Amino acid sequence: MSLLEVTDLRVSFPTSDGVVQAVRGLSFTIGRGRTLAIVGESGSGKTVSTQAVLGLTPGADISGTALFEGVDLLKLDAEQLRRVRGAEISVVFQDPLTSLHPLYKVGWQIEELIRVHQPEVTRAAARRRAVELLGLVGIPRPDRRVDDYPHQFSGGMRQRAMIAMALALNPKLIVADEPTTALDATVQAQILELIGRVQAEFDIALLLITHDLGVVAGIADEVLVMYAGLVVERADRRTLYYRPHHPYTKGLLESLPGSTGDRGGRLRPIPGSPPSLIAVPGGCAFHPRCPYAMPVCLAERPPLAPVTGGGPGHASACWLPHEAVGLGAAAEELRTRAKEDA
Amino acid sequence: MLLEVDGLVKHFPITTGAIVKRAVGQVRAVDGVTLALAAGQTLGLVGETGCGKSTLARCVAGLYPVTAGTVRFDGQDITNLPRRRMRPHRRDIQVIFQDPYGSLNPRRRVGSIIADPLVIHRVMSGEELRRTVQELMERVGLNPEHYNRFPAEFSGGQRQRIGVARALALKPRLIICDEPVSALDVSIQAQILNLLKDLQDDFGLTYLFIAHDLSVVRHISDRIAVMYLGKIVELAEADELYEAPRHPYTAALLSATAVADPDEAERRQRVILTGDVPSPIDPPPGCRFHPRCPKAQQVCAEREPELERKQHLVACHFPVAAGEDLTAGRPA
Repeated sequence: MSLLEVTDLRVSFPTSDGVVQAVRGLSFTIGRGRTLAIVGESGSGKTVSTQAVLGLTPGADISGTALFEGVDLLKLDAEQLRRVRGAEISVVFQDPLTSLHPLYKVGWQIEELIRVHQPEVTRAAARRRAVELLGLVGIPRPDRRVDDYPHQFSGGMRQRAMIAMALALNPKLIVADEPTTALDATVQAQILELIGRVQAEFDIALLLITHDLGVVAGIADEVLVMYAGLVVERADRRTLYYRPHHPYTKGLLESLPGSTGDRGGRLRPIPGSPPSLIAVPGGCAFHPRCPYAMPVCLAERPPLAPVTGGGPGHASACWLPHEAVGLGAAAEELRTRAKEDA
Repeated sequence: MLLEVDGLVKHFPITTGAIVKRAVGQVRAVDGVTLALAAGQTLGLVGETGCGKSTLARCVAGLYPVTAGTVRFDGQDITNLPRRRMRPHRRDIQVIFQDPYGSLNPRRRVGSIIADPLVIHRVMSGEELRRTVQELMERVGLNPEHYNRFPAEFSGGQRQRIGVARALALKPRLIICDEPVSALDVSIQAQILNLLKDLQDDFGLTYLFIAHDLSVVRHISDRIAVMYLGKIVELAEADELYEAPRHPYTAALLSATAVADPDEAERRQRVILTGDVPSPIDPPPGCRFHPRCPKAQQVCAEREPELERKQHLVACHFPVAAGEDLTAGRPA
């Protein structure tokens, strides 16, 4: 049985301009100890979908199911959900400075988290655990730094402290939302290594949300690419990077500097910008920006269907033929021919 | 050389006391930087948060008074010129900022934002001004009919195009790009990088391009300078710097950069640096990188390595040899 199974999740926000359809039918599963990455650009719904599952989107209309060890998180009341959050599922956010309370010592915040969820633990024992956790995530002299305030920590150390908090109650799943986006490259490498190490050591599943295809390439077992509130492609990471099927995935990879192998040459960006989520284009939401758009793409939304011949679990929501995978010339010819035939 | 920076120092005093301010220390943001930039070229400036790259750029643009050293533009010394005498040079040096949300006044219409430099420098007015602004909008890929819209009606990428149009208005010779694409999604980032490249080809622009994303800098730069704690530690041709970095910090920075290629990510031997960047208030003696350097020896703590005067400049007592493995750690 998978650890978390999300089925047909829909999240919308009523606003004065209209209903924002942030997530429009998202399904995924994540197994114990596995790493699933959700990749997408701003407004693709990657953050909203996980926050909705964790009950962190007040004011949203949510439908679908999110089974965590068989229990539907979307049916729990606030109190029950609070018990799951932190203890079973913990969250690491992008900005550690706004996630830590500035007026309390770092160690105290970890102790408090432990004592709220486990009232039987004494304050002294919780403090010992806080010191142990800070040492585990690589904070030097944890017995002293435990009494520091968040502003006395550097950005990398704050993110380490957040990871220490995330580990405090031995969760089964960590949701990491852009955990390294605010960090410099050398610190990012340290934090990714740390996440990988604790994940392996404690057999924790990781749901990684990011816009950074570089971060994903290093650690994800499976990758979901989201566009306008839907999954457009799902694959193991090798298949996704080397044999993508969906033109959006292909466009993202080709937008990266260095992808053309020609320094100073022209990049191949995706034309246009992402659609408004109040008036999502009909058919395939990507069709206004897609170089291969066919009449069917405007009329009918493509289902997320298995790509035959791809890696295990490879699926794509696109009307192009299954054989049109990869970034090479042969695949390009198949795509262009499909467009001309249509 | 269009731009020559020699021994540039910028210290910010740390003061205490509410009424009578007393200096109790200095933040040594830029601490002796020398570099030159030829017309039509792009110099990339990389480094992590707090290394002084943005401060250096602002000193070059004349936005900060400098503590010591000189900035020469087109052969003329423009260091700490009084406002009035700096004015003609401001037309030649323009800046594109990182944040397309914070750098545009939300209450003003896009047309008047782009027209600002032309109005301030009294270059033109009336119908000619309007036509020029619309031409600029068209040139950067904006619809000229959107002249009367407000910044809020544009997406992040379009806003950055507005910033580019405003920087172009006075036909500058040097544009300082301070993290111009860091806030943008990857598909939009590629659009803006292509635009900057096209404009450089069309107008013969010179760029000082600051970014923390090494793949972006490599793509756009002819030469790249790497900064660490207020100093340039290495300066070389872009490809050479990436393929054969000589400073251990550059090597570590490159190996830490995430690559969008699973095989490469697995193959790569990461040089994981210990600890954090020290404070620029009290930088380490000798080589500033020595407390974190896998190759550091006694001399590194005692004597500061000079940036050599060669094609490929590196400030290190023990530069990395071709194919050297830094992951093994420090010698006993």
